[in-house]
Amino acid sequence: MESKKITDTISNFFKTINNGIKGFIEGFTKGDIITKLSYIIMGFGSFGRKQFVKGFFFLIIQIIYILFMVNSGGYYLSMLPTLGTTTQGEVWDEAAQIYRISQGDNSMLLLLFGVSVILVTIVMVFLYVWQTRIAYRNQKLLADNKKLPTFKEDFKDMFDKNFSATILFLPMLLTVLFTVVPLIFMILMAFTNFDKNHQPPGNLFTWVGLENFKSVFGGNPLWATTFKRLFVWTIIWAIFATFLNYILGMLLAIIINKKGIKLKKFWRTIFVITIAVPQFVSLMLMSKLLHDQGAMNVLLKQLGLIGSFIPFLSDPFVAKVTVIVVNIWVGIPYTMLITSGILMNIPEDLYEASKLDGANAFQQFIYITLPYMLHVTTPYLITQFVGNINNFNVIYLLTGGGPLSLKLYQAGETDLLVTWLYKLTVNEQNYSLASTIGILIFVIVSTISLIVYNNTSAVKQEDDFS
Amino acid sequence: MKKHRSISNTIIYIILSVMSVIWIFPIVWLVMQSFRGEQGAFTSYIIPKVWTLDNYIKLFTDTRLFNFPRWFMNTLFVAVFTCIITTIIVLLTSYAFSRLRFKLRKPLMNIILILGMFPGFMSMVAIYHILKAFGLTQSLVSLILVYSGGAAMGYYIAKGFFDTIPRSIDEAALIDGATKNQVFWLITLPMSKPIIVYTVLTSFIAPWVDFIFVSVIMKDNYQNYTVALGLYQMITRENITAYFTQFCAGAVIIAIPITILFIAMQKYYVEGVTAGGAKG
Repeated sequence: MESKKITDTISNFFKTINNGIKGFIEGFTKGDIITKLSYIIMGFGSFGRKQFVKGFFFLIIQIIYILFMVNSGGYYLSMLPTLGTTTQGEVWDEAAQIYRISQGDNSMLLLLFGVSVILVTIVMVFLYVWQTRIAYRNQKLLADNKKLPTFKEDFKDMFDKNFSATILFLPMLLTVLFTVVPLIFMILMAFTNFDKNHQPPGNLFTWVGLENFKSVFGGNPLWATTFKRLFVWTIIWAIFATFLNYILGMLLAIIINKKGIKLKKFWRTIFVITIAVPQFVSLMLMSKLLHDQGAMNVLLKQLGLIGSFIPFLSDPFVAKVTVIVVNIWVGIPYTMLITSGILMNIPEDLYEASKLDGANAFQQFIYITLPYMLHVTTPYLITQFVGNINNFNVIYLLTGGGPLSLKLYQAGETDLLVTWLYKLTVNEQNYSLASTIGILIFVIVSTISLIVYNNTSAVKQEDDFS
Repeated sequence: MKKHRSISNTIIYIILSVMSVIWIFPIVWLVMQSFRGEQGAFTSYIIPKVWTLDNYIKLFTDTRLFNFPRWFMNTLFVAVFTCIITTIIVLLTSYAFSRLRFKLRKPLMNIILILGMFPGFMSMVAIYHILKAFGLTQSLVSLILVYSGGAAMGYYIAKGFFDTIPRSIDEAALIDGATKNQVFWLITLPMSKPIIVYTVLTSFIAPWVDFIFVSVIMKDNYQNYTVALGLYQMITRENITAYFTQFCAGAVIIAIPITILFIAMQKYYVEGVTAGGAKG
């Protein structure tokens, strides 16, 4: 059912494009002289028919765009295939008889501006097609002896008929600037050799095709081992972190909500306090507590439970167990908080009927509570799972990815793919590899979400009303 | 039967008590360390021998190496503006997706869903370079832009709330001749106090607790650090011996208001997560 929805979405998408192109051609073939002129001069279809504000608005945009392309846009576009050819260096100045430092090309800026020019051009194409449609619509309106909307009416529509466009303009603009452009930029970076040895402005970097992906999948043995091991650990971590927290948190909620237990609010508040403390405080504290000479080891020693300290964070295997256990400490209160309300919605008669059949508390949990909760909270679980794959805080603040290992490239035993990405960019400045890893994380996350969403009945489709 | 129940309840009380101690212990330890008079990062005992307020006083007066008061004001400044921009953007986006129907609605929601699957931090590096191209790096303005620039992507929770307001109210107003703009300002917003409060508070808290983005943006510009990044510097290997107790004091100062805010609004948090999750 879900896959049918996806194909529907895709076919709708192509239908929309097809209609757009058809309308575009129809406007030109059936248009009068004013409409036809709007295919060359933007806004002509409006100011040619006395909608001056709208028309000149389009015209000014066209002029600005042309000036921009002639002035610099075209240059950036032409540099995109090479990302620069002149390295910064010294050039012999014949006239002054000295060496001068020549600026050279900055590959990073060329890529950034190149991407921006392409995006601006796409927006421009949309505006262009849009104004030709307006021109043709105006022509038809006049042919039917109807009045064209005045500027005042258009303005009024902005707050009523087209209110969605008005209020979404700013949010979408910011999203494009701070999410879409950076993401495209980073995705493209995965196909370059932008690393420590190719740092602008001193050096150039250029396109290398799929080289980075080949390296990660075996071309570079060290990278490949690191990726494989971190990938496996990331998945193991995400499974444990998600499901242990889920089950244990739910059990906690169940016993707090059990009939006859007093001070429910008090117990709940104690656990909620630990959520409220900022993670960077509680986790850094934990890392100090669990230090080889930290308070935990001191306490255990004083109680006489251990002879020598436990390497909570310094042994590869123990450290992995530690982060999972500490994450239980972090995560259980969340699950408790979230599931409390839902647990109370489970129909009471289900439990009573099962009691009559002789089921004990454990059986009730396995056969009634768990299936019900899984059914209702699947979306929450997916979000949690994806969140754990990208769980930066717990790993970075607790172990910093350590203990370090020589078998791994710029990573430690407990590093997740996402903390590796962080280290690759911040410490190693290997941007191309980091972007490659980022893309692979995206592939992993989207695949998992898609599979789960396809095989679940809990994902209700929002009822559409229009 | 009754005896059986009281035994099982006793067991539950024991479990809850033990768990409470485990969960609360690190926090109690933090508070105790912040009042510790003895120097050094670690002591071989749990309860401090000398109790003092010096750590708190020094935090605000001794600004030679770590300028906590300045970081505090930086964070406040960033938090206020982030909060204003984020709240406006989240409310606009979620309102449009929840209450209005337009051609691009589903495609836009799908695009945002897909964008959200990239690790947030991946675009961070690019944002850093973009800000650098505009000469904005290491400034507080850039930090505000980073925190509020992606706000539209976090519309789910507020949308979940708007979805619960009966649509018939809007329709009645529209029939009476109100514009959609008027419906938004005069009908929906006054009914949305809980979600406005929730959005304001969460976006206000974010700059106080984030330390990833700020560390990428600020690098070594100590003057423009926020408290989270500043406190992190206090317990690096070189500083931890001298500054650990002050770190604890700073952490307590930040944690108390956040804890109170969170406990006060936990209801909205739960509603938001469950509503947003179910309808994602």
